Amino acid sequence: MAHLARLDVDDELKETLAGQLSNILDYIDALKDVDVEGVTPASGAAFMNNVLREDEQKLSPGPDVTLANAPERDQDFYVVPRVVK
Amino acid sequence: MNLHTLTIAQAQDLLAKKEISSVELTRAFLDRIDKYDNTISAFITVDPELALAQAEEADQIIAKGENRPFTGIPVALKDVLCTKGVKTTCASKILENFVPQYDATVVEKFKAQNAVLIGKANMDEFAMGSSTENSAFFPTRNPWNTDHVPGGSSGGSAAAVAARFCAGAVGTDTGGSIRQPASHCGVVGLKPTYGRVSRFGVVAYASSLDQVGPITRDVTDAAMMLNLMGGHDPKDSTSAPEQMSDFTQGIAMFKDKGLAGMTAGIPKEFSSLQGIDPQVSAMFENAQKRLEGLGVTIKEISLPHTNYVVAAYYIIAPCEASANLARFDGVRYGVRDMDSDDLIEMYKKTKSKGFGLEVQRRIIIGTYSLSSGYYDAYYGRASQVRALIMDDFKRAFEECDIILSPVAPTPAFEIGEKVADPLTMYLSDIFTLSCNLAGVPGISVPAGVSSSGLPMGFQMMAPHFDEMSLIRAGYGFEQAVGLGGELPEL
Repeated sequence: MAHLARLDVDDELKETLAGQLSNILDYIDALKDVDVEGVTPASGAAFMNNVLREDEQKLSPGPDVTLANAPERDQDFYVVPRVVK
Repeated sequence: MNLHTLTIAQAQDLLAKKEISSVELTRAFLDRIDKYDNTISAFITVDPELALAQAEEADQIIAKGENRPFTGIPVALKDVLCTKGVKTTCASKILENFVPQYDATVVEKFKAQNAVLIGKANMDEFAMGSSTENSAFFPTRNPWNTDHVPGGSSGGSAAAVAARFCAGAVGTDTGGSIRQPASHCGVVGLKPTYGRVSRFGVVAYASSLDQVGPITRDVTDAAMMLNLMGGHDPKDSTSAPEQMSDFTQGIAMFKDKGLAGMTAGIPKEFSSLQGIDPQVSAMFENAQKRLEGLGVTIKEISLPHTNYVVAAYYIIAPCEASANLARFDGVRYGVRDMDSDDLIEMYKKTKSKGFGLEVQRRIIIGTYSLSSGYYDAYYGRASQVRALIMDDFKRAFEECDIILSPVAPTPAFEIGEKVADPLTMYLSDIFTLSCNLAGVPGISVPAGVSSSGLPMGFQMMAPHFDEMSLIRAGYGFEQAVGLGGELPEL
């Protein structure tokens, strides 16, 4: 699960987390007692859909603003470690 | 005159009459921060020079007679709101040095009126927590008793208001993060209806639950702050198109006719909940009597799915968090692990070094609940239960105007008391979570003080977009109980 979540969890932490998470999941299992037959899931609390706006041209802030917080940058590109070995 | 004791409304009045200047007012708060924040630790970032420059500018605007309600008023912002050019950390190591290139819409609104943005307040990392102990930098202490937590996740904002480090503060509330710290710190906290206040520029935790709102000394200030913060924002697609009202009209309504004609519901399921401190129960009964005395009819109602609220929330919020926090991958901003030589390793090391334990815990719960084979049993089922909870509220509001409950089952607990046991910490959110799941507004108003001198708040919830009733009833209650002006000794 840590791999799926892209986390690097060491063995010691794994043990602590496993105990806590199984406690939490046991508690959450109570949801199985609820009769949800035919209930449409609620994905949010907003009562809207298809929010559209006019497609207007606006100035982009430009690469210097967009990349201002880049951990590593080469001209107008983000640099990342090698993807394909 | 002790300028730090002024409410927003009082300061506004004196600024407009030119009896005080914004620079004097700002200095008074900065002096208090200087003197006491090494004990309280409410702030992550304070820039006195910037604040005083904003105050000077405000004074020039007031001199020209062009002042608006928040001109020159010193306000604190939870460090989850993006501020252009000012570090915004979410109390996380992963954003330790992050300097936003734009302002959140709410921040823009304060700036447009030349408010003074006095500092960025501490919080639980990424707003995940109920005690502000999950801040990656330091815990905040409760101004009423520094051995105790201020609540969370907006603990820095609530402590800053209680300690009189600012005239008011902005918090965010995903499962009680405005109301619970307000309750623990003896101040007023209002979570508006989902969509009432723009979330643009607010670092997302659980997008279907997050809402921005005021933490203030009293209900009048909360109404004024909501007037400024609310309204439709085209930059936030979940921002509601509903018209804004002048929420101070709720106060006029109380002055005009009290609370006569209002019906308040008490959910019968709350009386069988375990772990409620007897002092909280006594405070709650007393609060009901006060409201009755003001003309409110009290009635028993039912929220049948109360027992499933915590479980549903602690699936839905972590699921949304696991998706939202995937963006902190070390590629575009934030801290990156520089020692990895392939991309996946870089993602993993960046996240595990950058995120604290509670954040990693929630990411794992969320990832698990959304993973293939478990989705229906967890996220799917929790979303169905959420629909049932929303339906409970809809039915309940056919019978009453507001719903009453305590805010927290106990007064503020001691620092360190619940850190090792996340489930117990989650269970303490029982009274506040349903408000977010249903999207309705809720307010916490000071209602009593425990035998050990810790404040306790009580909560009122109203139907969608009816913050007016909360202001009206909250103001009336505050007048009757008179705790709004209490000041902790630091």
